[in-house]
Amino acid sequence: MLEVQNLSMRFGGLLAVDQVSLDVQEHEIVSIIGPNGAGKTTVFNCMSGFYKPTGGKILFEGNEVQGKPDFRISRLGMVRTFQHVRLFNRMTVVENLLVAQHRHLNTNLISGLLKTPGYRERERKSLDRASYWLDRVGLLDLANRDAGNLAYGQQRRLEIARCMVTEPKLLMLDEPAAGLNPAETRDLNLLIVSLKEDYNVSVVLIEHDMSLVMDISDRINVINQGRPLASGTPDEIRHNDDVIKAYLGEA
Amino acid sequence: MAAHNLKHALFCAIITLIIAYPILGFNLVASGTNIILEGATTQTVISVLLAAVVVFLFQLFRDNIMALLGKAPALNPLANRQPMEQSRRLKLESTILTLIIIGALIWPFFVSRGSVDLATLVLIYIMLALGLNVVVGLAGLLDLGYVAFYAVGAYTFALLSQYYGVSFWFALPIGALLAATFGLVLGFPVLRLRGDYLAIVTLGFGEIIRILLNNMTSLTGGPNGIGGIPDPTLFGMEFGRRVKEEGNTSFHETFGIAYSSEHKIIFLYLIALVLAVITALVIRRLMRMPVGRAWEALREDEIAARSLGLSRTSVKLSAFTIGAFFAGFAGTVFASKQGFISPESFVFLESAIVLAIVVLGGMGSQLGVILAAIAVTILPELAREFSEYRMLIFGAAMVLMMVWRPQGLMPMRRIHIELEKQE
Ligand SMILES: Nc1ncnc2c1ncn2[C@@H]1O[C@H](COP(=O)(O)OP(=O)(O)O)[C@@H](O)[C@H]1O
Ligand SMILES: [Mg+2]
Repeated sequence: MLEVQNLSMRFGGLLAVDQVSLDVQEHEIVSIIGPNGAGKTTVFNCMSGFYKPTGGKILFEGNEVQGKPDFRISRLGMVRTFQHVRLFNRMTVVENLLVAQHRHLNTNLISGLLKTPGYRERERKSLDRASYWLDRVGLLDLANRDAGNLAYGQQRRLEIARCMVTEPKLLMLDEPAAGLNPAETRDLNLLIVSLKEDYNVSVVLIEHDMSLVMDISDRINVINQGRPLASGTPDEIRHNDDVIKAYLGEA
Repeated sequence: MAAHNLKHALFCAIITLIIAYPILGFNLVASGTNIILEGATTQTVISVLLAAVVVFLFQLFRDNIMALLGKAPALNPLANRQPMEQSRRLKLESTILTLIIIGALIWPFFVSRGSVDLATLVLIYIMLALGLNVVVGLAGLLDLGYVAFYAVGAYTFALLSQYYGVSFWFALPIGALLAATFGLVLGFPVLRLRGDYLAIVTLGFGEIIRILLNNMTSLTGGPNGIGGIPDPTLFGMEFGRRVKEEGNTSFHETFGIAYSSEHKIIFLYLIALVLAVITALVIRRLMRMPVGRAWEALREDEIAARSLGLSRTSVKLSAFTIGAFFAGFAGTVFASKQGFISPESFVFLESAIVLAIVVLGGMGSQLGVILAAIAVTILPELAREFSEYRMLIFGAAMVLMMVWRPQGLMPMRRIHIELEKQE
């Protein structure tokens, strides 16, 4: 469903991403790994429309999306999280999920001002969807707290829930396990697998936690200094000499 | 540290001298056909020197003074209070607002004409400030040309009545919608600008509208303005001594009471009151609607909001348009109240005053905006002797606010949607 072909991104003299290709089929979890500064986040930024790539193509369900505005790409069903959590801190947890459903809501001002039945119906539905996902990630009890007051692990989960209420087809997670304790990482592992199994979402995952990556990925892409180093199933990657030398070996 | 302060203070004092002495110290005096330059009186020179000394001392002890000011909130009884629970706060707020509205309904029947007239002006400013509050406080867009939309509303009514005899009640929605259209059309290209740039472009737009009104003499009468703008009617009843429009009746004859010019003033006041209440209610509702949440989300974290499919342009544009709509509303009422408008009424100072109300009130908070509108409009009237220093006091008040209470008199706490617990 997603095909990235020879993606390049240059910042002035720095070629942060150099001819990276990857593809994601439906119902698949694909990981991107590589040392810090390898260009993983930059690949995400190009895919999600934050940067206009300087070269290459990004096809989502057969349509070229590179260079499209970020909010349009998100509306097509490609939604991301951030390496550093970005919540609406002074809004409540449930409001974070309502904002994410903005385009599903009835945004007609008149019907909102008059509280027409259609408007109420949609407002209720979006609240229902929000509470469903809060329950799913175990935050229902905290629904009315300010998002900024949540613990770090809870914020991470809220960010994923916030993506899920937009009903994405492809979810891009940028280091979702960073800063989580082992128990939380295990829960995250189960959650991501369930997103794929139960909600039919494909996942692109950037992650440093090797046990998590090896455990849940269908395929893995390794990049190093902006260049693709290897790609294949977890087993292939585990035994790839280049990868061991460049990346796994140093850990 | 001390040496640094001393140097800085000396520098500031010298700057004060350099600026103040030529401006205040020399006078151009006409003597016959010539103009001669005269030195200042000793008194002025002493004042300028004194001012420099004050600046010097202030800058020297600046840290201590600021620290003292910083402690000032301790004097404010409300400062360290625990935030109230939302449901209680809402109840309290609606009670206060209801009481204010009831008071405002009864009050004009017991006071002088002048006060009611002034109160109408306050209500117009409240409408303007509530509207600008959407743009600045809720959507975070610094709009310095807000008065342009006010002018569009006022001139729409004035022109429609002059050329087509359109009544107040028809002109009200037309003026507001036209102002909103202006907001939409202007906003579309400029909203991609950020911060300072947006402020400058909107400032320019405000001036362009005023200059256009001034120069399109054949249509708008230029600096002479437009007069004879009719008063509103109540179900076809006019408030003048004699009926002007065919088919209308007169208020005092219908009810068999003696004619009084106060009826008209009170009626206008009541219209302004109703419209101000409608404005407040509509904006309150908007804040709880998806669009209100989108404004806040974009202000909180634009990147995250866009990553969730919110379009910055359309969300910001909605705020800009809605703000312009209410300015048009207020403009129509203003034209009707004055009966005469000219470009003079729509200078940049008006934008600045409305913005000052929003900032003083605490961006985004409605009760705060209402109190600030009352303060900013009425205080200069009470202290007429000081009217020359009005701008000075204004500026000083703003600086003090920024130091002492940057969140405004009453900072905004938005009404949150609560998720009810399902058992
Ligand atoms: N906006 C930018 N401008 C300039 N350089 C950038 C920018 N974003 C990323 N980079 C550079 O690109 C390289 C890759 O960064 P990044 O994609 O964040 O790596 P990773 O996520 O793999 O740790 C780094 O050297 C970084 O400094
Ligand atoms: Mg990164």
